Amino acid sequence: MADIAPPASTPLRVRNLTRRFGRNTVLHGLELDLAPGSFTALLGRSGSGKSTLLRTLAGLDPAPAEAVLDLPRPVSVVFQEPRLLPWKKVWQNVALGLGGGDARGRAARALEEVGLGRHLEAWPATLSGGEAQRAALARALVREPRLLLLDEPFAALDALTRIRMHSLVLDLWRHHGPTTLIVTHDVDEAVLLADRVLVLDGGRIAADLTVDLPRPRRHADPGFATLRRRLLGELGVDLQEAA
Amino acid sequence: MPDTQAAVAPRALTEKTLRVPTEKLPRVVIPARLRRFLSPLALVLLWQAASMAGLISPRTLAAPSTVLASAWELVLSGELPSHLLVSLGRVLVGLGIGLSAGVALALIAGLSKRGEEVVDAPMQMLRTLPFLALVPLFILWFGIGETPKIALVALGAAFPVYLTLFAGIRGVEPKLVEAAQVFGLDRRGLVRHVILPGALPSALVGLRYALGSAWLSLVIAEQINATAGIGFLINDAREFLRTDVIVVGLLVYALLGLGADALVRLAERRALAWRPTLVKG
Ligand SMILES: Nc1ncnc2c1ncn2[C@@H]1O[C@H](COP(=O)(O)OP(=O)(O)OP(=O)(O)O)[C@@H](O)[C@H]1O
Ligand SMILES: [Mg+2]
Repeated sequence: MADIAPPASTPLRVRNLTRRFGRNTVLHGLELDLAPGSFTALLGRSGSGKSTLLRTLAGLDPAPAEAVLDLPRPVSVVFQEPRLLPWKKVWQNVALGLGGGDARGRAARALEEVGLGRHLEAWPATLSGGEAQRAALARALVREPRLLLLDEPFAALDALTRIRMHSLVLDLWRHHGPTTLIVTHDVDEAVLLADRVLVLDGGRIAADLTVDLPRPRRHADPGFATLRRRLLGELGVDLQEAA
Repeated sequence: MPDTQAAVAPRALTEKTLRVPTEKLPRVVIPARLRRFLSPLALVLLWQAASMAGLISPRTLAAPSTVLASAWELVLSGELPSHLLVSLGRVLVGLGIGLSAGVALALIAGLSKRGEEVVDAPMQMLRTLPFLALVPLFILWFGIGETPKIALVALGAAFPVYLTLFAGIRGVEPKLVEAAQVFGLDRRGLVRHVILPGALPSALVGLRYALGSAWLSLVIAEQINATAGIGFLINDAREFLRTDVIVVGLLVYALLGLGADALVRLAERRALAWRPTLVKG
């Protein structure tokens, strides 16, 4: 697919972001810069604060006054669960809260793009897990977001569906060009998709690796295993175990 | 969907188990839906036979045939329709008031913290009162005319709707609310597109309870010195030992209750078409 991304927007810049729950400091003076239109993956142990960071970037959690947040807008989020409203047809879910004219037409085109053109009038309860997650992707993209946040969007899908979703997300990213940040537990997924992989630990970005592999990427690529090993090391996984 | 499978499986099972005995009985094949009515029909026939044999005196219970004849007579004379209209009017007005009040209070309590503090505590306390025990007080307050009857029906309808709608609003999945917020819905949009539709299934259950409770209230209310209505018809018949007319009145109550229930079920089917169990079935 040709690179016809719309003109890039502002970079994302976060400074001095601290987030506490009671006495538990989850984010501790976090700093983050993302180039416009870049694709970044965020790794980290369970409970390291990845979702907390994403929620703050999405505007779902209030940011403390002393933090600096320069964020591209509009923002869209895809959660681990599709979070479709069960009482609205698929196209109505995608068109939810859309301003401007022809909401239905735009929703239909977005669903077309994720391969759900035949399910416009379906109830969400009738979709498979993969289809529902694609509908959630369409709902995120129909708003032409400049910042796209994905919180373990494929964790609940089977391996085959996940592979299809990977290439779909990459296509959509190339096509629409939002600054993209994906949280994942899967080191392979991170290296496969992203240009840059961050590791969140101790409330900060503890590691920052550039993935300089040509696309489309495969597990068999020479650089792949090296990157994978380094990331697993950052995550504190014993290399012998992981092999 | 695992839900639907779980819902479908028991049905398939019963159909199978039901089919086995019919295959053993040659020729006599009665559809399963009709089979359900066989034993009630047998009971009515037994009742008729017992009445005809003089085992049940008409002063205890009139024969089914007499009940039918009386019902027909009451319809022809216009007596039953006019009493029915009076009763229906009481239920409709009472329901209108009770449902409106229940919905309004549930919205106030469900949609704002302040509202909950003001409304919910007294409602939870009042609901523990058996409201039918308020009759003497109502008579003192409202006299013995239409007002206490309508008030009792309204009270019976208000609480179930309040409780279920309030619980429904509070039970809406926070994750859905959050997602809708990300996609730019303001407070009004949230209420309209997420919170109210999410609370609807629970509220419709409440509506069914409310209707049942309203009928019950009507029956009790019509014992209060009524001069018209199905309850009056029954009380009047008692004075003349007309058990046939009493049974007619009871049947009318039962039919009205069934009809109301069917209406709500229809509304449920249309309003909740999105539910997994209804989507496929
Ligand atoms: N609303 C909250 N109230 C209290 N503590 C919270 C809240 N949200 C998150 N936390 C805590 O903050 C920490 C980070 O949570 P978060 O969900 O961001 O982790 P995560 O990195 O996304 O983990 P996972 O990989 O398991 O999804 C956890 O210890 C969690 O218990
Ligand atoms: Mg998380």
